[in-house]
Amino acid sequence: MSGLRSTGAGAARGVTAMSDRPADVRIRDFGEVDIGLSTDEAINEAARCLQCKRPLCVRGCPVGIDIPAFIREVAEGNFPAAARALKEQNMLPAICGRVCPQETQCEGVCILGNRDAPIRIGAIERFVADWERANGPDLPEVAKPTGRRVAVVGSGPAGLTAAAELARAGHAVTIFESLHEAGGVLTYGIPAFRLPKDVVKAEIDQVLALGARLKKNHVVGRSIGVDELLSYDAVFLATGAGLPAFMGIPGENLNGVYSANEFLTRVNLMHAEAFPEFDTPVLHAARVAVIGGGNVAMDAARVARRLGAKVFLIYRRGEEEMPARRAEVVHAKEEGIEFYTCANPVRILGDQHVTGIECVKMALCGIDASGRRSPKPIEGSEFTLDVDMVIQAIGTSPNPLLVSLIPGLERGRKGNVIVDENGRTSIPHVYAAGDIVTGAATVIEAMGSAKRAAAAIDAMLKGE
Amino acid sequence: MAQHARAGQFLILRLHEAGERIPLTISAVREDAVRVIFMTVGKTTEELATLRAGDRITDVVGPLGKPSEIANYGTCCVIGGGVGIASTPPIAKELKDAGNHVIGIIGARSADLLILEDEMREICDELYITTDDGSKGVHGFASDVLKKLLEERTLDRVWIIGPAIMMKVTSGVTVPYNVKTYVSLNPIMVDGTGMCGSCRVTVGGETKFACVDGPEFDAHQVDFNELMQRQRIYTAQEKVSLERFAEHRCRCGEGGHRHE
Repeated sequence: MSGLRSTGAGAARGVTAMSDRPADVRIRDFGEVDIGLSTDEAINEAARCLQCKRPLCVRGCPVGIDIPAFIREVAEGNFPAAARALKEQNMLPAICGRVCPQETQCEGVCILGNRDAPIRIGAIERFVADWERANGPDLPEVAKPTGRRVAVVGSGPAGLTAAAELARAGHAVTIFESLHEAGGVLTYGIPAFRLPKDVVKAEIDQVLALGARLKKNHVVGRSIGVDELLSYDAVFLATGAGLPAFMGIPGENLNGVYSANEFLTRVNLMHAEAFPEFDTPVLHAARVAVIGGGNVAMDAARVARRLGAKVFLIYRRGEEEMPARRAEVVHAKEEGIEFYTCANPVRILGDQHVTGIECVKMALCGIDASGRRSPKPIEGSEFTLDVDMVIQAIGTSPNPLLVSLIPGLERGRKGNVIVDENGRTSIPHVYAAGDIVTGAATVIEAMGSAKRAAAAIDAMLKGE
Repeated sequence: MAQHARAGQFLILRLHEAGERIPLTISAVREDAVRVIFMTVGKTTEELATLRAGDRITDVVGPLGKPSEIANYGTCCVIGGGVGIASTPPIAKELKDAGNHVIGIIGARSADLLILEDEMREICDELYITTDDGSKGVHGFASDVLKKLLEERTLDRVWIIGPAIMMKVTSGVTVPYNVKTYVSLNPIMVDGTGMCGSCRVTVGGETKFACVDGPEFDAHQVDFNELMQRQRIYTAQEKVSLERFAEHRCRCGEGGHRHE
């Protein structure tokens, strides 16, 4: 529920009020939407925790944070101890506190949720991480060097998590990143108003402070050969799901049609919102259609809004079926994004540049393989929106560039790397985790799978 | 990068923290250095041209893209137009090393814009030069020489690298002779690793990403009109950026009136 304004019974019982900046103010900049908890709010919220003997929240956390332990420290005002407890299981708490879908994980199973409102675990996690960043981080202990070399490919959530775990275990970790900045989707994908870039940088710096080396501008498979990669004692592939899907409808290559990846990368990584101070441009449109219903669609819509556009979000199912976090849907609506649900684009109109998008209304009928009602076009229901930009946010698939070059690496139908429950691939010393395995998923799921793979790598390296 | 670079590949560079990422073809490799040749057309290339030996840029990444499809085909023709000539020596050299008879054609608007003549003469078995204004070599276009060659003998493969319109026109010449022809496409890119789709081009009716599926494609399948349309997406912004840079240079750089 992080990010939602509290109302009704919960608020009356002393649940901490939410901390979002007003929509009409925040759409004028890229500053953070949620300003976070004050010290008093964090302590009061933490004091509500029942300290369950068998805490469900820990089971709801993909990285297994000892949630009652760090909440107890916060309730007692002992923030350094809270930070230590957090970082025992999670080196990226300021990031997770902001972008985890707590409502379906730790907070979703919090026993207090049955009575009024669950503990705002994400907001407290963020508070602790921000407190520590402001007061100087306290790094976990690093084991003495093992002399074993590990290559981590990709510096997104999975790569950073595995690098941190393996560096703590004393292995010599080298992270290869193809872009000029580390962080993967945390840097190029998630906008600053949800995840400020100085927060990302600070947590990456903590991972590097554990001894992991970062090599930016290194495209493994191109600037580093596959042979060189496989010469490491262990290899961890975390190249993510960065390949953007396009719908395959007419007009898609008109000027003014972006993948969400391109639109967001231009702004988040290249700072195109500050053009011409920064050299990378992005088109500014008066009316923008964003296609999709996930978090990335919400991000793209809200960035377009901040660039001054009237934004329409087109999604083929109903609002309640959107894969985006509820809070992001609410934020988008507060910011004036207009939703066209149960609608699907059939073609993009224009001559050279986009002038409109033709959509068809969808009826929801039957249940498809994903357990959601499957949409079918309603004949004769076509309608046209006049827009001068279209952003497609209909998903991404695993990056094929490196994994297709590794001989003997078993892959699935969608190009995903096939692994066992510990991240082992078909090549003995090569492991993989995150979106390259699962396809596009959440930051915390990538981190959870990376932790399991890192544990398996550590065991393998110590067992030899 | 030098160790792994092959003919047909490119790199992406960024000048400084506020810079954009631009792709440039790798034109030569010597020991651990690579060479790129660029023409000043926009803000970033203008700024790059102000650098002196020993100056540094923030980021370089590469080699990127698929290498040229080199094999022993028989007789191959490698054509460069304008700054596109920069890409021709590595392709000609690898074709030569693979056992081909290599014919080079390099063309420019005028003699003073012609580059790498000596280098190409050394690599190629035959070299033809064209200028639009007749100031050197054949008065005309590379496509004129190509047409003449095809009338006289068999070519097994043709490479054409240059401005989009030049590649479109020149590759049209090989269609009636059914000669497999490659062009190296130069759409707008951002990451260069297949993540954004900015560089998407239509080849044989399918959408391809030039950065990872190319940059070389079968010329006869390429939708050149769409390529040229998409190259113009940021024309207005490019103008703003260039004018701003020119003004900035006048104020505080070039004429010895350095402030601060």
